[in-house]
Amino acid sequence: METKRDLRLDFFRGLALWLIFLDHIPSNVVNSFTIRNFGFSDATEIFVFISGYTAAYVYGAAMNQHGFLVAGARILRRTWQIYVAHVFLFCVYLAQIAYVARSFRNTLYSEEMGVFEFLRDPDVTLIEALLLRFKPANMDVLPLYIALLVGFAPLLWLLLRRPTLALLGSIAIYGVTRMLDLNIPAYPSGHWVFNPFAWQLLFSFGAWCALGGADQLRGLLLSRAVLAASVAYLSVSLAIVVTWHVPAWTVFVPRWLAEWMYPIDKTSLDPLRILHFLALTVLVVRLLPRDWPYLRSSCLRPLVLCGQHSLEIFCFGVFLSFAAHFIIIETHGGIVLQLFVSFAGMLLMTIAAAVMDWFKHIDGRSRAVQSTRAGPARSSP
Amino acid sequence: MRRVILLAASLSMVAALPLPATAAAGGQAACPVADDLVQATFPMPNARSAAMAQRLDIAVVGSGSSMLAGKAGPDRAYPKQLESALAAQLPGVAVDVIVYARSQESASEQERSIVQLLAARKPSLVIWQTGTVDAIRVVDAEEFGSAVERGVAALQAQNVDVVLMNMQFSPRTQAMIALGPYADQIRHLALQNSANLFDRLAVMKDWNERGTFDLSAETHSTDVAEEVHACIGKLLARLIVQGMATASHSNSPATE
Repeated sequence: METKRDLRLDFFRGLALWLIFLDHIPSNVVNSFTIRNFGFSDATEIFVFISGYTAAYVYGAAMNQHGFLVAGARILRRTWQIYVAHVFLFCVYLAQIAYVARSFRNTLYSEEMGVFEFLRDPDVTLIEALLLRFKPANMDVLPLYIALLVGFAPLLWLLLRRPTLALLGSIAIYGVTRMLDLNIPAYPSGHWVFNPFAWQLLFSFGAWCALGGADQLRGLLLSRAVLAASVAYLSVSLAIVVTWHVPAWTVFVPRWLAEWMYPIDKTSLDPLRILHFLALTVLVVRLLPRDWPYLRSSCLRPLVLCGQHSLEIFCFGVFLSFAAHFIIIETHGGIVLQLFVSFAGMLLMTIAAAVMDWFKHIDGRSRAVQSTRAGPARSSP
Repeated sequence: MRRVILLAASLSMVAALPLPATAAAGGQAACPVADDLVQATFPMPNARSAAMAQRLDIAVVGSGSSMLAGKAGPDRAYPKQLESALAAQLPGVAVDVIVYARSQESASEQERSIVQLLAARKPSLVIWQTGTVDAIRVVDAEEFGSAVERGVAALQAQNVDVVLMNMQFSPRTQAMIALGPYADQIRHLALQNSANLFDRLAVMKDWNERGTFDLSAETHSTDVAEEVHACIGKLLARLIVQGMATASHSNSPATE
């Protein structure tokens, strides 16, 4: 079964995890080179799409073999694991913010100190955090993943029977969500930063592709016109994003275009972002064939490894980004330090993934010894 | 008339000066900043005619970061620094900056005080500093945007020029307060409503990167805070003078 696994998925998920880690370190030169600086979409789109793809790949097979109940139960078990991971990350965050709140003194920032106010009433904050209503900055991806998996079993059931209908349903939910501004409320105010009713579209689309949709799109993916349109769209998007970094160039974006286009909403997954992600996908499918030999080479191995243990590495990456920011601030570090913590972080993520892989390997071996019928090791979604 | 032409000419001259020279004219330390970070993109016709009439009333609507704590705070915070910098650059014009700042006020609360402000005494120019409180409370970015838009529309309908000022750059709380969506809203609304933006976030980030100010220092002293405010006041003055001069290009009698 390992031969059937599309390593491109692992590779790009690993890449998304590295990019999310880098993007979560503020004031870091390295994150001027992450994908969000070159177009509308960013690593979140890649992560959500591939998560949908692999979830359908793993649980689709389970649902076909063992039925709705078993597959649904496995999905919920996975959801629970992600919830526990999120709560663990929240604890790490609390520890950091409590430390900063105690030590941070600067009259210039009396207003910004307001962000520590929630530490005053832990009775409310902790409960709201456990209910996923209170989510500190940069801790919104896992709650989104949880919400997406909670609703995944019925979607998968439909995808296995009527894939087109399931995809149309997902598009309809996305459309209604954007039209009526539906979202889940958050604490103390506002809504979820990643609206699950909107983001489910990419997750479902990933799942649809995994269950045969990708083959249906083959003709479209290989058409020259689609490729040309994708390249054109990516170029325009790049040109526009460049003006965000150089204020003086803002004038080069025509006013009518700016008024029509801005703000490009991440919360409810702006169509411009989806288009950008799709255009990127067209390009990737063209340039990187499934059997691209470098996917098995040792230089891309770190990314593939990280992608194969995505939940653990995602959590570790968020933790590392807190730590990296902390080190940069405390030591007043310059570019050299920023480069160092960025690369050290990616190295640590790789080492952690290698350890996970080793654990999986020895678990598989002991299971093989225990049972007479040695089945293949289960791959994680 | 002659005096008006003179003033118009001096406005455009001051605006044409590069920053270090302008800062040196203030007689204090320079506030170096990348050239394109402080730019008046739109004219300020109301402020300009007020300056021509030799009386320029400016109001600052803001939250906690428009103030400084302590007895000397009100004099050292950027609104008063702006007042003295403008007075120095516009000789013969009575410049008055009034501050309507309340800490912990979100944009929608500030918008209400703007309505009251207009009913009381109408300034020619309002500097609206906003965004931080909304980002801390995680108010919906779109809700925040529509509050700002209502406020800007109310001001512009009464012939008041508007400068929007975004958040402070704060390295220590950077990972904890998601400023991005709010900064985007402010930038977008400034562009859409032809209001000038004072990009405090980018300016302070620039200072931190250049080492002009160490913004991640832990300190009980107010020195850095006062210097930062002094520089913000000066740069704001530069932006305003430039904005008034921009108007003079289109309909100045001096260019005929």
